[in-house]
Amino acid sequence: MSAQAIAERAPSADSKAAPTRRTIQISTAGVARGPLDLADPGDVAVEMQDVSCCYGTFRAVRDINLTFARREVTALIGPSGCGKSTLLRSINRMNDLIPGARTEGRVLFDGQDVTGREVDAVDVRRRIGMVFQKPNPFPKSIYENVAFGPRINGYRGNMDELVEECLHRAALWNEVKDKLKQSGLSLSGGQQQRLCIARTIATSPEVILMDEPCSALDPRATLQIEELMRELSEQYTIVIVTHNMQQAARASDRTVFMTMGDDRSGYVVEVGPTNEIFTMPKQRLTEDYVSGRFG
Amino acid sequence: MRRRLAGTVFYAACIAAISLTLLALLLLLLDVLSRGLGHLDPDFLSGVPSRRPARAGIMPAILGSLYLGLIVAVVTFPIGVAAGIFLEEYTKDSFLNRLLRTNISNLAGVPSIIYGIFGLALFVRALNLGETLLAGALTLSLLILPVVIIATMEALRAVPASQREAAHALGATRWQAIKGAVLPAAAPGILTGIVLSMARAIGETAPLILIGAVTFVTYAPNPVEGGYTVLPIQIFQWASRPQAEFQEIAASAILVLLALMFALNALALFLRVRLSRHLQW
Repeated sequence: MSAQAIAERAPSADSKAAPTRRTIQISTAGVARGPLDLADPGDVAVEMQDVSCCYGTFRAVRDINLTFARREVTALIGPSGCGKSTLLRSINRMNDLIPGARTEGRVLFDGQDVTGREVDAVDVRRRIGMVFQKPNPFPKSIYENVAFGPRINGYRGNMDELVEECLHRAALWNEVKDKLKQSGLSLSGGQQQRLCIARTIATSPEVILMDEPCSALDPRATLQIEELMRELSEQYTIVIVTHNMQQAARASDRTVFMTMGDDRSGYVVEVGPTNEIFTMPKQRLTEDYVSGRFG
Repeated sequence: MRRRLAGTVFYAACIAAISLTLLALLLLLLDVLSRGLGHLDPDFLSGVPSRRPARAGIMPAILGSLYLGLIVAVVTFPIGVAAGIFLEEYTKDSFLNRLLRTNISNLAGVPSIIYGIFGLALFVRALNLGETLLAGALTLSLLILPVVIIATMEALRAVPASQREAAHALGATRWQAIKGAVLPAAAPGILTGIVLSMARAIGETAPLILIGAVTFVTYAPNPVEGGYTVLPIQIFQWASRPQAEFQEIAASAILVLLALMFALNALALFLRVRLSRHLQW
């Protein structure tokens, strides 16, 4: 099967996998528009152009060109150490906090480059939220955990309502509504992670980055988070790094496969609708990885 | 079997070490209690020193120690914590920074009499504060500042990096992350460090001998004027008298100082438990 033929089949395969497609239209014009075939450029939430991330002299990822579509779940998969997390953290400039880390290239968020020195990283992080690998609630009450972001960002509305709404959206309200004053650390791992998600959406970001959000959770809690991700993707753009290929297959619309070269520098091998990446990848490396022959 | 035996021997050695320490402390305490308890009455606590041991009291020394502790706390708390935050949170890990940290650690080990000489030159002479309680308190502040700074830095370092990341990911500025997430998590450690170093300041004698703490003060001290005394110095003075009666009231004063120390340590424990209710990583 030629590449052209696969590209033309892509939309139908994708629409079969996800019958409730939302606003995104997949172009049928083949690969000419680049890795993400969006009909409307306004549907791009984040675009990375020639992005490389270095720690000192070590180039952790190189020459990344990616687009993340609005209100889609994009999964980043690939072997350990290939720079998935580094790539993710370059989107909201969390790498700035690491001494010696450097990002080259451009990261366009709503069409604006956010990598420059003149752009305030604090501002970028307000609009691009992040959920971490290990649940990291503050040692404060459940209520205060959710209220933290709005408070520091000068939220003036009704805090009680906001906290309740965010906990609802994170599918946690029913479990915690009677103990909002209890410590966030008193919750179970899965609940803590949902609390962290509630805390993240409380600052009303447009994009939510998730760095292996389920790796510290049991299967049941993992499933809950995945369901939550699907619901949240109706409103937010989600980028998730995962080691779990079933998770990528279950929970994402689009999958990015990364690996690393001999210099241990990570790069993108293939991007496509999740269904396609897992059933008929174009690249041999992808096929080997998703079929478990490597990585 | 030999390795089992080695374990047993080590265990026994540890027990012996702790027993010996506790025994020594216990004997000291019993000795002081047996000699000092007799004089410990309200008159002793509220009275002023006298040439006749039966009428001597330690009110000026208690007040001197309390004032001293208060001034030391007010001075070292903001400066020590701010310096610790600066070194731990704001500076990069450079050669200069490491040199600074090493020197602060060294300062914590400098004999206190050296601080006394320095305080005499700086506060009493150069800044012309005179041999007052204030000059003594400032000298003791210098003495415990390194300890407070180190305690602050260690408490901050113990806060997991994930807490800082969480705050930054929510759009916190560096100061918001420190104020909202890092400091609350480090507060129990910082406060414990401060209270314990306060206890050290209150028990310190040597530098104050140089900074004009006199032993016969019959009035409540004024921080900026006139002579003053503190508990350890009062104890030292009475204990060095030849008369047995003075030795006994020295023991009573030791009990008062012990009670003060005990109260401070209890406060440290209380703060630690109370502030770390929510902390459990």
